[in-house]
Amino acid sequence: MPDLFDIGWTTDLLRTSLALTVPIAFAAIGDVFSERSGIYNIGLEGMMLFGAFGAALGSFMTGNPVFGALLGILFGATGAAVLALLSIRLKVDQIVCGIAINLVALGVTAFLARLIFGLDATTKTLSGFRPWAIPGLSQIPLIGPTFFNQDPLVYVLYITIPISSWLLYRSAWGLEVRAAGENPAAADSAGAPIFRVRFVCVLISGALAGLGGAYIVLSQVFVFTEHMSAGKGFIALAAVILGRWSPVGAVLASLFFGFCDALQLRLQFANPTIPYQIFIALPYVASILALLGFYGRTKPPAAVGLPYSRETKV
Amino acid sequence: MERIMQVVFAMRTVWAVILALLVGSVLMVFAGANPIDAYAALFGGAFFDYFGFGATLVKFSPIALAGLAVAIPLRAGLFNIGAEGQIYMGALFATAAALYLPQFYAPLHILVCVLAGALGGALWAAIAGALKAYRGINEVIVTLLLNYVAINIVSYAASGPMMEPGAPYPYSPEIAPSLALPYIMPPTDAHAGAVFAVILALILAFCLKYTTFGFSMVTVGYNPKAAQYAGIRVQKQIVLTMMIGGALAGLAGAFEVLGVKYRLFQSFSPGYGFDGIVVAFMAAANPIFVVVAALFFAGLRSGAQVMQRAVGIDSTVVDATQGLIVLFIAASLSFRFRDSRWARMLANRRTAEAAIASQEKRNA
Repeated sequence: MPDLFDIGWTTDLLRTSLALTVPIAFAAIGDVFSERSGIYNIGLEGMMLFGAFGAALGSFMTGNPVFGALLGILFGATGAAVLALLSIRLKVDQIVCGIAINLVALGVTAFLARLIFGLDATTKTLSGFRPWAIPGLSQIPLIGPTFFNQDPLVYVLYITIPISSWLLYRSAWGLEVRAAGENPAAADSAGAPIFRVRFVCVLISGALAGLGGAYIVLSQVFVFTEHMSAGKGFIALAAVILGRWSPVGAVLASLFFGFCDALQLRLQFANPTIPYQIFIALPYVASILALLGFYGRTKPPAAVGLPYSRETKV
Repeated sequence: MERIMQVVFAMRTVWAVILALLVGSVLMVFAGANPIDAYAALFGGAFFDYFGFGATLVKFSPIALAGLAVAIPLRAGLFNIGAEGQIYMGALFATAAALYLPQFYAPLHILVCVLAGALGGALWAAIAGALKAYRGINEVIVTLLLNYVAINIVSYAASGPMMEPGAPYPYSPEIAPSLALPYIMPPTDAHAGAVFAVILALILAFCLKYTTFGFSMVTVGYNPKAAQYAGIRVQKQIVLTMMIGGALAGLAGAFEVLGVKYRLFQSFSPGYGFDGIVVAFMAAANPIFVVVAALFFAGLRSGAQVMQRAVGIDSTVVDATQGLIVLFIAASLSFRFRDSRWARMLANRRTAEAAIASQEKRNA
């Protein structure tokens, strides 16, 4: 076992953990909004993939990663708009819609990637984001290089966390969101626009999932490959549960997932005798145990998964 | 008129599929191919060619069983998103039974392996069922999470304790040739699993309709409270229903080992469990329709390769079309005859006719 007190090794592990956390964290924060407003977003995985594809397309066409990130957000939100339309307006089962979106994303991005980027469906190295060291903070040993010598999208995540917490718990709109997820009929009679709130929340979740996908392309691998989201959207769903449906909790849970993932990658190469699969499976088991342990104390939003319809149309 | 419109609405899945195929043909035009040639190659290769149909049946068996694994719990109002994980556990148990039990009379040994596979899937699904029934935890999330745990357990088994010594990448030793499932269309790889899936679908359709067990399952799905009042033990029923679903998916895994691969590979399933979800919804959870939908999907999968070779467009266009099919079917679920404009119009017409008739009677 490499020495945990070896500062270089530890810093490296933490940096990798954070890098693996970021896409999950973006998607998880998004899903917190969606689930809090009453909509399961099983399509998170597909929206990440749409985001990754959009990011690759934007960066491929303009050579500017900022444009790539924006297009990634737009593509993710477009996928979410389909989910919102089907599940909120047409009241189709949310799980079915989500799965449909995942499959569409998988097929359409693979097809378009081959059409646009060429036959091997792997783009040439795209221009992406480079780390920006924050003066001063990045000099702190261990913490500095881990958290403050990262690329711009990581800093965007740092800002997203307090903003989303504030929106959800301190703003009037956040109250409407939580009411829509707990008791839509009561919220509706109190004048909260349930359909609009849910629509916006699903769009936010898609946009953030898209940004998460964009991060993978623009900051990690600099290429688009088929099905590159590779289950991260589903992990984000688990992170939301483990994080008890709060933005900060979801990010902490994402960190746990990211850390386990970084650890198993190390172990696969450094210590083949330890079964690395334990560390991949660990966060999933932890999520299930969390559901069991929190039973009775923390519950999912009461109305999540149920389509809302007014009994009488106004 | 009302009858016709009802039939049109009942067939909305078919319209959704046709619409998706049309949009798919637009994609093909974008890719620079003639869609008619492409679809001819696809469906011709999948259904009207001996070898091609054999390849379709190889995929049909796991997709149909996974479809049933989702459809049966769905009838009881339970979402089994975990067919993929149950397939893996089924394959693990079946392989273990094939490799570690002493060899005995082969047909019986095959049966034991198959039952072990069903048991593996059933036990894995029972976790989600029990958490749902006794703790009220959403089975969608639990089955989804358990997929990844199962895939990693199999990955560990295939790269650790069960790994073939000296193998270049993780897989188990080969099972004894006597344990292979019989072929049904030699020399293709189509095996008895396909026939078995169809028979199971018929049995399940019968059980749902004509047995007490099937009735209590469906009743739990319609209204758990009413079921409770009627004396059905709802919690036990939920666990049992999930276990039946899991057993079906476990069979799919067992057949993959005994009929196709003859070894346990890590990550051997290309998402059959997720195809099963799609198929179950296409079929509106009807076991007989599951067979039809699974055959269609298996054909799309195997015909895609033929199409790629014949017309030169990438087989990913089929993945895109598949996604569109699911999306359109999802959208079509919201169109119900009784909420439609047609139903209202025809109802208005009926009241108008009744009014006229009563007027005439009074006049007479």
